[in-house]
Amino acid sequence: MDLDTIAAISTPIGEGAIAIVRLSGDQAINIVNQMFKGKDLMTVDSHTLHYGKIIDPDSKTMIEEVMVSVMRAPKTFTRENVVEINCHGGLASVNRLLEMSLQLGARLAEPGEFTKRAFLNGRIDLSQAEAVMDLIRAKTDKAMGVAVKQLDGKLSKLIKRLRQELIETVAHVEVNIDYPEYDDVEEMTKNIMLEKTMLVYQEIERLLAMARQGKILREGISTAIIGRPNVGKSSLMNALVQENKAIVTDIPGTTRDVIEEYVNVRGVPLRLVDTAGIRDTEDIVEKIGVERSRQVLKEADLVLLVLNFNESLTEQDRQLFELVKDLDVIILVNKTDLPNKIDLNEVAGLAKDHAIVNMSLIEEQGIDQLEEAIARLFFAGQIESDDLSYVSNVRHIQLLKQALATLDDAMSAINADMPIDLIQIDVTRTWELLGEIVGDTVQDSLIDQLFSQFCLGK
Amino acid sequence: MVYNAGHFDVIVIGAGHAGVEAANAAVKRGAKTLMLTLNLDMIAFMPCNPSIGGPAKGVVVREIDALGGLMGKVIDKTYIQMRMLNTGKGPAVRALRAQADKPLYIQEMKYQLEKLENLTIRQAMVERLIVEDGVCKGVLTETNAAYYAKSVIITTGTFMRGSVIIGDLSYQSGPNNQRPSVKLSEHLEELGFELVRFKTGTPPRVNANTIDYSKTEIQPGDDKPSHFSYETTEAIVDQIPCWLTYTNEKTHQIIDDNLALSAMYSGMIKGTGPRYCPSIEDKVVRFHDKPRHQIFLEPEGRNTEEVYVQGFSTSLPEAVQHEMLRSIEGLEKAEIMRSGYAIEYDSVVPTQLWPTLEVKNIPGLFTAGQINGTSGYEEAAGQGLMAGINAAARALEIESLILDRSQAYIGVLIDDLVTKGTNEPYRLLTSRAEYRLLLRHDNADIRLTEKAYQLGLISDERYQVFQGKVALIEQEKKRLAKQTIKPSSEIDQLLNEAGGTALKEPIKALDLLKRPEVSYQLIKRLVPADDTLPEEVEEQVEIQVKYQGYIDKSNQQVDRMKKMENKVIPENIDYDAISGLATEAKQKLKKVCPLSVGQASRISGVNPADVSILLVYIEQGQIAKRTSEVEHQA
Repeated sequence: MDLDTIAAISTPIGEGAIAIVRLSGDQAINIVNQMFKGKDLMTVDSHTLHYGKIIDPDSKTMIEEVMVSVMRAPKTFTRENVVEINCHGGLASVNRLLEMSLQLGARLAEPGEFTKRAFLNGRIDLSQAEAVMDLIRAKTDKAMGVAVKQLDGKLSKLIKRLRQELIETVAHVEVNIDYPEYDDVEEMTKNIMLEKTMLVYQEIERLLAMARQGKILREGISTAIIGRPNVGKSSLMNALVQENKAIVTDIPGTTRDVIEEYVNVRGVPLRLVDTAGIRDTEDIVEKIGVERSRQVLKEADLVLLVLNFNESLTEQDRQLFELVKDLDVIILVNKTDLPNKIDLNEVAGLAKDHAIVNMSLIEEQGIDQLEEAIARLFFAGQIESDDLSYVSNVRHIQLLKQALATLDDAMSAINADMPIDLIQIDVTRTWELLGEIVGDTVQDSLIDQLFSQFCLGK
Repeated sequence: MVYNAGHFDVIVIGAGHAGVEAANAAVKRGAKTLMLTLNLDMIAFMPCNPSIGGPAKGVVVREIDALGGLMGKVIDKTYIQMRMLNTGKGPAVRALRAQADKPLYIQEMKYQLEKLENLTIRQAMVERLIVEDGVCKGVLTETNAAYYAKSVIITTGTFMRGSVIIGDLSYQSGPNNQRPSVKLSEHLEELGFELVRFKTGTPPRVNANTIDYSKTEIQPGDDKPSHFSYETTEAIVDQIPCWLTYTNEKTHQIIDDNLALSAMYSGMIKGTGPRYCPSIEDKVVRFHDKPRHQIFLEPEGRNTEEVYVQGFSTSLPEAVQHEMLRSIEGLEKAEIMRSGYAIEYDSVVPTQLWPTLEVKNIPGLFTAGQINGTSGYEEAAGQGLMAGINAAARALEIESLILDRSQAYIGVLIDDLVTKGTNEPYRLLTSRAEYRLLLRHDNADIRLTEKAYQLGLISDERYQVFQGKVALIEQEKKRLAKQTIKPSSEIDQLLNEAGGTALKEPIKALDLLKRPEVSYQLIKRLVPADDTLPEEVEEQVEIQVKYQGYIDKSNQQVDRMKKMENKVIPENIDYDAISGLATEAKQKLKKVCPLSVGQASRISGVNPADVSILLVYIEQGQIAKRTSEVEHQA
């Protein structure tokens, strides 16, 4: 059977130490191979398990250490090539792997699609047919219900507005084509077209940016605690965890010593990450080097930089300030129970606009202020809580990304001076993709638009 | 007394644009064919505008020609003006349109048909079909002649219970005051057909001598006319122009004042009219803030002074029509020769048809053209052609033909009709075609000639000419792929003149042609071909190379569609027995009886979950079949 390659997270989300991203289809092995650093999966034997690293094909950075099982058609569940990526249970990493698979050409599986393929490829026997059909019905209906529910009223209004922009443009081009002699219909020019597509492009970009923010809230703000040795990083972590009764998991991974602590600080979920260094209370900068810190910091949404009230600023401290200058940082000056040796004026100068909290973890002072600073940073600032429910569904995000890509094609075609009716193909495709988000893909609406917008006919 | 008037393979009822193509195609396929018409002087008559072609429709004419049809050939012999439209846009939407000489067109079409050896043409009014055991066996005329055939095609256009309306006047009539076909319509209802009432209209015709053309703008034809038929070699030199004028506020005021008298607004008309062909009163009401509307003055032929007032379709009373016309610049003294009117008629709900245009419930019966709810000569002709091909196929037990949406506009048209139906007279628009970049004016022969030859619709000679053309195209593309163009000041200057940038390194001619600003003519100067190539070969090379990226994209889409299109739904499928299908989907599927899962997915009301379930169900049947075969062998 000749079907495209599908991918999905096939373990229950957020429950369990290990998560699996499963791909099925002709391209399954090829797709994973493109982001896998280890053996060449294209040449390995069928039904074998391989250790390696997942590398982001764009940034070339390491995402995750994984075990990958390769199973070639036809002796698989779906009778197609199947690859399963076993990774740590954290939502963030498993989502990331799924997204990368989609980026590399897989399509997000529909509900029940693996089972459906198994069936279509003759893997399941006849007695199970009815059950499969019930499953598809139930899952599709449920997914549709969920999708509709997930569609915030504001989002659907916005998408509909963007679609309206696009369809007006498309209808305009169509009218120019179907009624070339009607001079009361202004000719759609490439400039107007570019203007309109730019506008929609920016809106979608904004939506995706908000989606990222929404994700932060759902999956936790990844928070890195950094500082020189013995400034109190682990005490801070323990204090945060105890104070807020860690909500979820302590998941020691199987291949790497990672702990993710989830805490909820005044409604802001924090995910304290890359805790190996923190737990050992070793100097993260010294241990893994400045480069590696940069890595860790790059993935962090929030940095807590801890200084020692009882010591003067060192070169390392200043280096850390330099590292985090463009990030969301809160400066913590710990150990106020001891004599003051730090130059607070210099700290304020280095901190610039970032909040500074003086605290004594031993005397349990300053935690409240820290929590307040965190809440302020994430609720008063750039994230409007109202927008947070905006785009959360992976399918929606994927569709928005595709829409962005087709708009990009349209804009480069405009710049290459292609004929307008060809440019319009990509604009129409964008309109269709956005339609899939709001569940409206009726092609006839273009024709309706044509005749309501313009006065046509002989 | 009913008498036996003869036996045929195929009978065509009607000789409009659908009927003539149906008869011709049936004959070409070897069927002994009878064509019956109410009036022999009205063969392929154009009751509305005197033009053929335009966007989408023009491509249909090319497709008809590629499949051995008549429309392209006849209009190429009888046009008064030819214009290529959309020349400033991409190749996919270029469209040829001809202004027709109406009387000459009729004459030429009649003559072409009369020359066909296997065709009998007779003037007659058909009142009933001969249906035995649910199968159509022939027709019965009002003069009691019974004609028998294995296939019957009805192409009665807007004649079925036709009713003409002008203001408050209404009478039973076909278009242009011809006899309506009343009994046949009633008979179809008896046979269980679902009919709907549609409406269309036509503007007044005026005498050219009473028009002051000096107040209007001239609309000439192309200096070098293109043609519809791939066989046409000679152009008509003396073209006749059309003229453009506008309505104005005074016109609109007259319409506003008299709106209550319009048949459309007084409630006299109940049929659904097409949105793309609104009456002038409709335009004024719906787009009230528009200060003016375009009016094209189109001569109806060389040897007549009648002029068609395009854009002025109306069902207002005659007196108001006079007044409105005379408010328009250039028409102040215009004399009406025929009044505008609206016409209501019965049409067949087209979801009752298979994609071959055979009626699902009555084997042996086909319907084609405006009777199927379409509008336009070209849409009718395209259906007629396909019905003719397939009616002959049934009669002679030979291969039938269904075109899909990626092969032809005709495929889009018929698939839309039989899958989705239509709630207004259906007109083809380029936007109805998903793959319009593949369905171009220029490549209709490349798309369809092979098929046409296989089915016996075109001559050996024509096929050889086509093969020669294709070989030249491939040869030239190969040559350009090999030729390297090196940077030089001369080349940079040429590129500069064309609005492009200089070459940085050597490039294959084929790749240079992909640049938007580089034409084939420029390439030809840089790397001349050994022999001069025919223009249409050069055009093909240019289009195929230049737009390859988009063409590839379209082809990928087509491949995806075909996967679903190739999943055939078994003939005897029982939708009620499929658990999980939504009730609405069951009803729609039972009504449309799609042939493939692809077609099923285009039915409104059949959602993706239903399609999945359908797939699973069909696959289950396949597995059962395979299993039983294996068991059988064992």
